Amino acid sequence: MSVEPIILVIGDEELLVERAIGDVVASVRAGDPETEVIDLAPGGLEPGRLAELTSPSLFGGSKVLVLRSAQDLGKDLTAQVLAYAKAPADDVVLVAVHHGGAKGKALVDGLVKLGGRKIACPKVTKAGERIDFVRAEIRRAGGKISADGARSLLEAVGNDLRELAAACSQLVSDTGGKVDDAAIARYYQGRAEVSGFTVADKAIEGRLAEALEQLRWALATGTPPVLIVSALAQGVRGLAKVGGAPRGARGASLAKELGMPPWKIERVQRQLRGWTGDGVARALTAVAEADAQVKGGAADPAYALEKAVSEIIAARR
Amino acid sequence: MSVWDDLVGQGPVVAQLSAAAQMSGAGGRPAHAWLFTGPPGAGRVTAARAFAAALQCLETPRGCGHCASCHQVLQGTHADVEVVRPQGLSYGVKEARGLVLRASSAPTGSRWHIVLFEEADRATEGAANALLKSIEEPPARTIWLLCTPSPEDLLVTIRSRCRPAMLQTPPADAIADMLVLREGVDPETAAVAARAAQGHIDRARRLATDPQVRRTRDEVMGLPRRLTGVSPAVMAAETLVKAAEAEQKARTSELDEAETSALRKALGESEKGRMPRGTAGALKELEERQKSRAKRIMRDSLDRTLLDLASYYRDVLALQLGAGGELVNVDLAPELRTAAGAGRPEETLRRLDAIMKCRERIAANVHPQLAFEELNLALRTG
Ligand SMILES: [Zn+2]
Repeated sequence: MSVEPIILVIGDEELLVERAIGDVVASVRAGDPETEVIDLAPGGLEPGRLAELTSPSLFGGSKVLVLRSAQDLGKDLTAQVLAYAKAPADDVVLVAVHHGGAKGKALVDGLVKLGGRKIACPKVTKAGERIDFVRAEIRRAGGKISADGARSLLEAVGNDLRELAAACSQLVSDTGGKVDDAAIARYYQGRAEVSGFTVADKAIEGRLAEALEQLRWALATGTPPVLIVSALAQGVRGLAKVGGAPRGARGASLAKELGMPPWKIERVQRQLRGWTGDGVARALTAVAEADAQVKGGAADPAYALEKAVSEIIAARR
Repeated sequence: MSVWDDLVGQGPVVAQLSAAAQMSGAGGRPAHAWLFTGPPGAGRVTAARAFAAALQCLETPRGCGHCASCHQVLQGTHADVEVVRPQGLSYGVKEARGLVLRASSAPTGSRWHIVLFEEADRATEGAANALLKSIEEPPARTIWLLCTPSPEDLLVTIRSRCRPAMLQTPPADAIADMLVLREGVDPETAAVAARAAQGHIDRARRLATDPQVRRTRDEVMGLPRRLTGVSPAVMAAETLVKAAEAEQKARTSELDEAETSALRKALGESEKGRMPRGTAGALKELEERQKSRAKRIMRDSLDRTLLDLASYYRDVLALQLGAGGELVNVDLAPELRTAAGAGRPEETLRRLDAIMKCRERIAANVHPQLAFEELNLALRTG
């Protein structure tokens, strides 16, 4: 069999854990479609059961034995598992799932010593890791996305890996592979900010036609004007904060001072081309005016927003 | 001592109201509706309350301030003086109808049934129309006391039925004297606080006696110094709005909790915290009212900030124009002189315009952070 007989899945990022187990099962099944999968918690492992499950079956056929919460096995069962691992059965793959903490470390160390393969599934906590995750997901589904695109997707969907994974596969299948900002905006317009953010990005980058197109699209798909104003405000505010920061201030200290994540600062730094302090002030006035119009129940909020977008672009050098 | 003691620098109005109260005591009927106007903080409500006490006073001359009746009115516990204090941004027609109904009843034991309506300008047009009839032809022994910043804040039909009682901006000296005599503040602190408060009595009192309030003002008045660039200007807006938010939360959260738990009990909350069927609407309504109140407090606090800032630049302008007279912000005199020397009057005027525009923005419901960012960037360049 091509799959190692002992596998350790270590970590508590649920989606990744499920994936790792799924991958193991898939490769075993690639060799034997009839493979039986047995999912066990420590409670289901009464004495002798392990030996029973791992003994060759009358009809042959492979087995994947998934041992959940392996950190909770306790001393005796741990000893049994380790004893088994010294001479694993031919057609059985044992997958021990361990949450990654200090508890039950003897099992992990023991299995590794006996040649078990480790698959790490640590919690994804950093923004950069999430971006990597999104890009990997899109690749996995057979598509392509830029780092900026991945950021937009994160802004739109949020940090939940399951939702992100679902979004990625949906986007790839919807676009045929090329996942760009417009595609993200189109498919996630339900999450209103993303369309607002796209409008804001286009506006502060000085791309008038695209900005207006995105604006119309956002309005047509029901994004509330107030949220578009709010996105414009955030965009221009970002320019003001980053562009007006003291020269030489960078990295983590700047991020802390401005209250913005480093990747966002980098992005704004790229967008700053063409902007002066006075220009930013004019752009901000345009946004405030639009906010007043939209909140005051302007007869035509679309016009108020178009005006704001044009004025933002005119405020660039 | 008398009920008029709490009014500062309001000689003419006190004379007018006191005369009406004595006449009422002698068997006459005072006007059935009164409109108390005057700048914020001058003491409109204080004057109306004092007048209500004088009308119900058991001693002669009326308005003794120490009889049981005066005491109850001033404490807000008098059975025949209903105080209406709108909690949110507006007072609706449903509430107004209930009020009219209550106002039509005869007094239970005193001479008059008095309705004291604070901030009557918060009545919606529908509510004002509901009140109109009762104010036009009030029941024989009912007296309405309405308070608004200016007469224009009321429907003309109501306004024209009311006897005006106009308070003036109390002079800083009178406020300072009050702080020294009543609050035991030292004369120098009292003088600075009285000037900085620009005629707002309660504000002066808090500036003179509450260190936290003083710190907040110092923070606001330090803003012009912090506008050294685009980024600091935008950051300062965030700080300022967050501070106003924190102040609002501090003032409302305890109140909200107490109100909510009182209402839950009244509606029959079980020991396990479950609510009976059909009570969700009432709780929701309370929540809406609390939100509306929070918004109002936030708005008031931002407006306070803007007025403080305006006083800074008005001082700068006065110095630039050599207008003489005493500064509002005497404690900042050296900085104000430096600022005056560093710029031209036209710039200062533009800054004052920007502040007034920001007030309009806030009134138009523009997001406060956005409005203050716009303001700070305008103040930076002048
Ligand atoms: Zn009395």
